[in-house]
Amino acid sequence: MTETPSVLVIGGGSTGCGIVRDLAMRGLDVTLVEKGNLTHGTTGRMHGLLHSGGRYAVSDQPSARECIEENRVLRRIATHCVEMTGGLFVQRPEDDDEYFEQKLQGCRDCGIPAEVLSGDEAREMEPYLAKDVKRAIRVPDGAIDPFRLCVANAADAIDRGARVETHAEVVDVLVEDDEIVGVEVEHGEKAIGIGDGEPGTREKLYADYVVNATGAWAGQIGEMAGVEVAVRPSKGVMTIMNVRQVDTVVNRCRPKGDADIIVPHETTCILGTTDEEVEDPEDYPEEGWEVDLMIDTLSELVPMLSEARTIRSFWGVRPLYEPPGTGTVDPTDITRDFFLLDHADRDGLPGMASIVGGKLTTYRMMAEKISNHVCETLGVEADCRTAEEPLPGSSDFSVLREWMDEFGIRSPVGRRSAQRLGSRTDDVLGRWDGPNPVVCDCEAVTRAEIHDAIDHSGTDLNAVRIRTRSSMGNCQGAFCCHRMANELIHDHDELVVRDSLDELYQERWKGERHALWGEQLSQAMLKHMLHATTMNRDGDPAASDSVIDFAAFDAGEAAPAAAGGATGDDPDRAATDGGTEGENADS
Amino acid sequence: MPIREDVLVVGGGLAAATAALAARETGRSVRLVAHKKSTLRQASGLIDVLGYVDGDGPRADPYGAITDLPDDHPYRIVGEEGVRDGLRLFDDAVGDMYAGGHTDANALVPTYGGTVKPTARYPNSVAPGLASVEEDALFVGFESTTDFSAPVVADHVVAAGVPFEARGVTVPFPIRFRDDARATRFAKALDEDEAADDGRGVRRALAESVGEHLDGEERVGFPAMLGDDHDEEVREELADRLGVSVFEVPTGPPSLLGLKLEDRLFEALDEAGIRLSTGNPAVGYEADGDRIEAVYVDRKGKDVPYHAEQFVLATGGLVGKGIGSDRERVTEPVFDCHVPHPEDRYDWSESAAFGGHAFARFGVVPDEELRPTTASGEPEFANLRAAGGVVGGADVAREKSASGVSLATAAVAGGRAGEEA
Ligand SMILES: Cc1cc2nc3c(=O)[nH]c(=O)nc-3n(C[C@H](O)[C@H](O)[C@H](O)COP(=O)(O)OP(=O)(O)OC[C@H]3O[C@@H](n4cnc5c(N)ncnc54)[C@H](O)[C@@H]3O)c2cc1C
Ligand SMILES: Cc1cc2nc3c(=O)[nH]c(=O)nc-3n(C[C@H](O)[C@H](O)[C@H](O)COP(=O)(O)OP(=O)(O)OC[C@H]3O[C@@H](n4cnc5c(N)ncnc54)[C@H](O)[C@@H]3O)c2cc1C
Repeated sequence: MTETPSVLVIGGGSTGCGIVRDLAMRGLDVTLVEKGNLTHGTTGRMHGLLHSGGRYAVSDQPSARECIEENRVLRRIATHCVEMTGGLFVQRPEDDDEYFEQKLQGCRDCGIPAEVLSGDEAREMEPYLAKDVKRAIRVPDGAIDPFRLCVANAADAIDRGARVETHAEVVDVLVEDDEIVGVEVEHGEKAIGIGDGEPGTREKLYADYVVNATGAWAGQIGEMAGVEVAVRPSKGVMTIMNVRQVDTVVNRCRPKGDADIIVPHETTCILGTTDEEVEDPEDYPEEGWEVDLMIDTLSELVPMLSEARTIRSFWGVRPLYEPPGTGTVDPTDITRDFFLLDHADRDGLPGMASIVGGKLTTYRMMAEKISNHVCETLGVEADCRTAEEPLPGSSDFSVLREWMDEFGIRSPVGRRSAQRLGSRTDDVLGRWDGPNPVVCDCEAVTRAEIHDAIDHSGTDLNAVRIRTRSSMGNCQGAFCCHRMANELIHDHDELVVRDSLDELYQERWKGERHALWGEQLSQAMLKHMLHATTMNRDGDPAASDSVIDFAAFDAGEAAPAAAGGATGDDPDRAATDGGTEGENADS
Repeated sequence: MPIREDVLVVGGGLAAATAALAARETGRSVRLVAHKKSTLRQASGLIDVLGYVDGDGPRADPYGAITDLPDDHPYRIVGEEGVRDGLRLFDDAVGDMYAGGHTDANALVPTYGGTVKPTARYPNSVAPGLASVEEDALFVGFESTTDFSAPVVADHVVAAGVPFEARGVTVPFPIRFRDDARATRFAKALDEDEAADDGRGVRRALAESVGEHLDGEERVGFPAMLGDDHDEEVREELADRLGVSVFEVPTGPPSLLGLKLEDRLFEALDEAGIRLSTGNPAVGYEADGDRIEAVYVDRKGKDVPYHAEQFVLATGGLVGKGIGSDRERVTEPVFDCHVPHPEDRYDWSESAAFGGHAFARFGVVPDEELRPTTASGEPEFANLRAAGGVVGGADVAREKSASGVSLATAAVAGGRAGEEA
């Protein structure tokens, strides 16, 4: 083969982003297409646990071994995405002793460092653990930021020549002579994503090989190609608290069950989760009882949770898969392993493979196996280097700096930025010219970081949000959504600013609705007052067709009495135009 | 010595202050018990009366719009007369600090989010910026502020159809502060005419840098941070030097216009001889049958009774903490008055961010004398009235009626309490 083989990857979750990086490193010509922004699917709606493997140490030891292996790899190549919090499996008096021993033994069998702590020792580590917690097993669980992880993988791939198109939905799979030769995508209406697709148009993308990494949506792509991929989407809820009640991952040590894990994440803690099969990965009920279940059950481990403030809840769907004929009834029993479906072998349709199942923790290993398969099929000889080469942001970041002096910002702010940016800190903050005020106070995100995100993700403020965490803190964007949008005016017109703001604001609202009581309801009212009362964003005349008769309103004391419908004026002339444009304009 | 007054007002915001003034007008002795600072520091400082009814607006005539409101709206209970009385008390209290009283019509004011909004009273510094004035405007923002983007505001105002041209420019503030300096820091520098980085006075330096951008505009608008104690002087000097009028655009927190209004209201309370107890929350009460005898105030863990003949509850809504909630219930914490709400908390809000949320209307249900009522419609107490955000039934954010509802209910509740005490 003389030309560089080309590969098209569908899906910008952890799996797709991992694959495009891997293949780009191996020198292939790769394109990734994603219908939303990166992490739009399950990856943007998961729990953020970097598994030690402890959770699978009894039920699924091969998975457990993969987890601990990848846990070590990610700590090395993705330092700026990982916080090594450590984890505990805690046992309450009513939990089974025998299971505790099995868990301990399982960890040891799989090479997962595990140490038994007494109840008091566990409480010394985590003072808010319930008084009657009996004992615990300590394992190297951690927290991982899925957004930063995907962005870093995609950025590295782009640096190596890959094309990444967000807001580009695959609407058809192109089959010629019984072989898959590419896909047709539809570029989003608005130019909000990254990539060079013309907004609102369709484009046919041809490639030597197509990888379907659409997770819970894999069946839909399969259908377009005429093959069956029987994914069983299963939903889980996660509830975000306003502070870190625990600094360690806290798991309940019992066989399986809902609401059995708390993961500390940045300034928050996330409670999870449930496992319930759904029909459609994008349309399923999100219900209050699920949130209540998280709070009520997990307060058995950490009692203060019952009175604590939650800031929002969100749901994700697992792309569970099992080979045809397995017939598992309970979704919690379906394996967490991943499957590579080679449609040439399986369906006699060459040119495409689908990946389903798996975990974020093992995304790199999955990507490696799939990339191996792709290279083998295309006859390319190149080794995988993703386990050795750090991601952008995670290379030799060892020098601690006095960020305040360096960049003129308060040191706690600088520290938070540096945590997020890792080795890119210098690039982003150091190169910034001009004042660098804080845009998001809750998460300490400065203007330079917002602009860096805009440069890489376009005008989609939800993409800016996931890169920076701006608007993800306690106030849920009350004080910063519009500030983020304001930063767009440098390169875009006001209508783009307004539309982007509306979209971000609505997205924030969706998750907040699941936390509307107590403090957070007061917070929501404050937000409503700021954006509706003070800014009048809800009644914005610029967003409506009607024309205002400005002359009917007060034009100040000095103005002629005619203007301003002085006392006793006919109230009829004082309304906006409810009908056609211009009708009232000269009344 | 026991604390005893004719009228006791619980709360420390716009509603409490106005209710106290209304009660005092009847010649009674009045005391105000306030816990924390009110929401005025977050508010724009504008006094909205009524700008939209069920999404329809902006309406130019707030009074004419009252009759279109639902029957249980507080304005329907106090009537146009009550609304006018509230504004009269406000106008008397703030004197010439505010404008808008010369007409019944609403004014349209540029907001810091960009568009315009209808309001009834506005600080003097806002007046030259009104959208019905047909003069071209230059909006000016500062490089290090993130809340206010002059180009966004200008282009958005134009998109709203205003009868003039507008442009926005961003300039460096002549003194380089820390990047996250607050509005109050800018105001102080202008107030005291501190030296700019190049040694000129900051007012002159600012006027000169803005002057370079003027291109025939007849007025210049800044975010509301043009001075604090000497704001008039700052504006006059800038206007003189620029040769055009200068106005402020109300901002979000920390809102200097809101803070100035708060200060002014507390001065008015003082001038009227109203007693103040601030810093401690009211936590409960003592009743004899259907009459409240005293309200308990928590002073360092001790419950101290405050006696009175008549009581006004003006503790604010969800933001002011006059209304509380948990996963099952919505409550009024001081007197445990009935607060109706949908049973399922998912019905408290709408899925559209700016929908007609039920939570926005949460509050006590007043009878015709503004006494909070029980679930069966009887007054909770014979001598307790409610005013301001704690009163339910109005979606003040969407209606642009927040301060108006506070003033009108306070005028009626306070006045009535005074008459009966
Ligand atoms: C509740 C929950 C909690 C979890 N917690 C953890 C955890 O703590 N730790 C862990 O390791 N794993 C966890 N997981 C598992 C992990 O999140 C997933 O395995 C992983 O994120 C899957 O990534 P993916 O890239 O395969 O799928 P996705 O992230 O879903 O990516 C698929 C992408 O394809 C896109 N797409 C779909 N259709 C099209 C189309 N037609 N055209 C273009 N693009 C399209 C989607 O928009 C989506 O972005 C959790 C999962 C759930 C549901
Ligand atoms: C962000 C924001 C923007 C706004 N913008 C505008 C605007 O543009 N135009 C407009 O017209 N209005 C605006 N408002 C509304 C206005 O500022 C007032 O919130 C409203 O008029 C209600 O006033 P209030 O006095 O009832 O309540 P609040 O201002 O909430 O005051 C309640 C007071 O009661 C005290 N209190 C509460 N509980 C107790 C207790 N147990 N014991 C003692 N004291 C207690 C509180 O500490 C506080 O001082 C805005 C409000 C907010 C929050």
